[in-house]
Amino acid sequence: MVSAMLAARLSPSRVGAVVGRNVGALRSGPSYWLVLVSGFFEPVLYLLSIGVGVGALVGDLRLPGGRVVEYAVFVAPAMLAVSAMSGALAETTFNLFFKMRYAKTFEAVLATPVRPLEIAVGELVWAMVRGSLYTAAFLVVMVALGLTRVGWALAAFPATLLVGLAFGGAGMAVSTLMRGWQDFDLLSTGQFALFLFSGTFSPVGEYPPMVEVLVGLTPLYHAVELVRGLAIGELGWGLLGDVAYLLVMTVAGLAFAARRIHRTLCV
Amino acid sequence: MAVAVAVVRGSVVGLCYGPGVSEQPLVRARGLVKRFGDFVAVDGIDLEVARGEAFGFLGPNGAGKSSTMRMIGCVSMPTSGELRVLGMDPVREGPRIRARLGVCPQLDNLDPDLNVRENLTTYARYFGLSRARARARAEELLEFAQLQDRAASRVEPLSGGMKRRLTIARAMVNEPDLVLLDEPTTGLDPQARHLLWERLFRLKQGGTTLVLTTHYMDEAEQLCDRLVVMDGGRIVAEGSPRSLIETYSTPEVVELRFADEADHSGKLAGIGRVDPLPDRVLLYADDGDAAVAEVHRRGLAPSSVLVRRSSLEDVFLQLTGRTLVD
Repeated sequence: MVSAMLAARLSPSRVGAVVGRNVGALRSGPSYWLVLVSGFFEPVLYLLSIGVGVGALVGDLRLPGGRVVEYAVFVAPAMLAVSAMSGALAETTFNLFFKMRYAKTFEAVLATPVRPLEIAVGELVWAMVRGSLYTAAFLVVMVALGLTRVGWALAAFPATLLVGLAFGGAGMAVSTLMRGWQDFDLLSTGQFALFLFSGTFSPVGEYPPMVEVLVGLTPLYHAVELVRGLAIGELGWGLLGDVAYLLVMTVAGLAFAARRIHRTLCV
Repeated sequence: MAVAVAVVRGSVVGLCYGPGVSEQPLVRARGLVKRFGDFVAVDGIDLEVARGEAFGFLGPNGAGKSSTMRMIGCVSMPTSGELRVLGMDPVREGPRIRARLGVCPQLDNLDPDLNVRENLTTYARYFGLSRARARARAEELLEFAQLQDRAASRVEPLSGGMKRRLTIARAMVNEPDLVLLDEPTTGLDPQARHLLWERLFRLKQGGTTLVLTTHYMDEAEQLCDRLVVMDGGRIVAEGSPRSLIETYSTPEVVELRFADEADHSGKLAGIGRVDPLPDRVLLYADDGDAAVAEVHRRGLAPSSVLVRRSSLEDVFLQLTGRTLVD
């Protein structure tokens, strides 16, 4: 129903034009490439230092289902989910805020037939393109290091897309509320807290019950659960719950962002 | 050389007269109101803009010109009243209307991440032009804006006049039926202004309908066939520049400056309408030289005397008691 509603109001060519603008900006700026490449190395470095380095001290880990895996096998899918999150957020927070508030890019776009929702969707699609480059490269690293198999990697890839959509939508929504650059410090802190406490480095079952419930409400937890389940081949009905959570986050984020862009720029 | 360009560039200005639509005004407003909270920016205005016309909003900052332009541009919704743009309702058919508008905003909002040519091609894509068509259109417009040799440059290092020309060229990318220009030459040096006026005049000659705002009377006189004078969100006068001057002023104005601070109004009484300003006294007359002779005959010794033709500035002063740019 939601997709039908979106399709009725969206023009693919206009959404494509918004994406095309970002492709053009990428091609004409050499510094942008550097930022893009650096985004790939961050999770890889975490994987090597914690997954492989700390993993040597931790040894093997028993999953809730009873299966025993190497620590790096446990951590790698979480880094994959984090990578999907970071890629999407990088594009939909700082860059979006700049385009909306400083460069007045959207103001110029809204004078054309393009609508706020089409801007939001176009920006999200572009964030997905960028995020997918990270996650695809990371999956190749995982397969190369023997941390997942090709089949499960292929299954995990669409899940990383969903993670990117969810965080991209939420990132856009949050960016439209930002009052200034200072507010981004809060966002970074929040992002780092999610990174540490979403079952990324240890199973949430190890946390105190209250904390476990709290973690269960946060988005990266669901992203990690979904991606990990697929990457290590531990399927369960719970994954559908994670998918639902991320879908709701995507739609709600998009709708909110489009509304805010309209409210802010069309007065 | 410039004339040759005008002939070749017929397509740039978008000559698209549809059969049978010429009678209908491109813009029609009745009792149009825009409120921001308690502040009334536009306070019930009526206006019509015909196809092929160059229509101006003249008024000081805060008169409601830009708010009106944003409503016509369908990015700001009217609080009340009726508005039709290209015969359509901006509330329901915004994208369809915007597809046929060209908008040059008050502050340049060119894309800093793209070069000059890409600014045009990217913008063309928002209007649904194919890649090939967008590229061809960009080349035409680069020539129109006289920016061919800066095509690969970033936007940031361009001069103010170049940025403005690029913004106007960008507004022409979809061959619009109606071009909205919000203070097109504010902040430009005289040379850049004249070049821009020449470009806009060329558009007008090509049949493009222009709606522009300005607080420069010379700009309104140069470019507008018809204009409304706005003040405090209301239209206080309407007509051609010439007819407004005829109605609200005299053919000539004498500007007198006195070395002393004394009030000379009494001694000037009867020569013509007198308007004492802080730094000078304006004397409205049918014959300026005769008025000056009379001033001297009455024994007044102004430190400087200037006889000039009456302008829209005088009209505005007469209507509102204030000068346009202050």
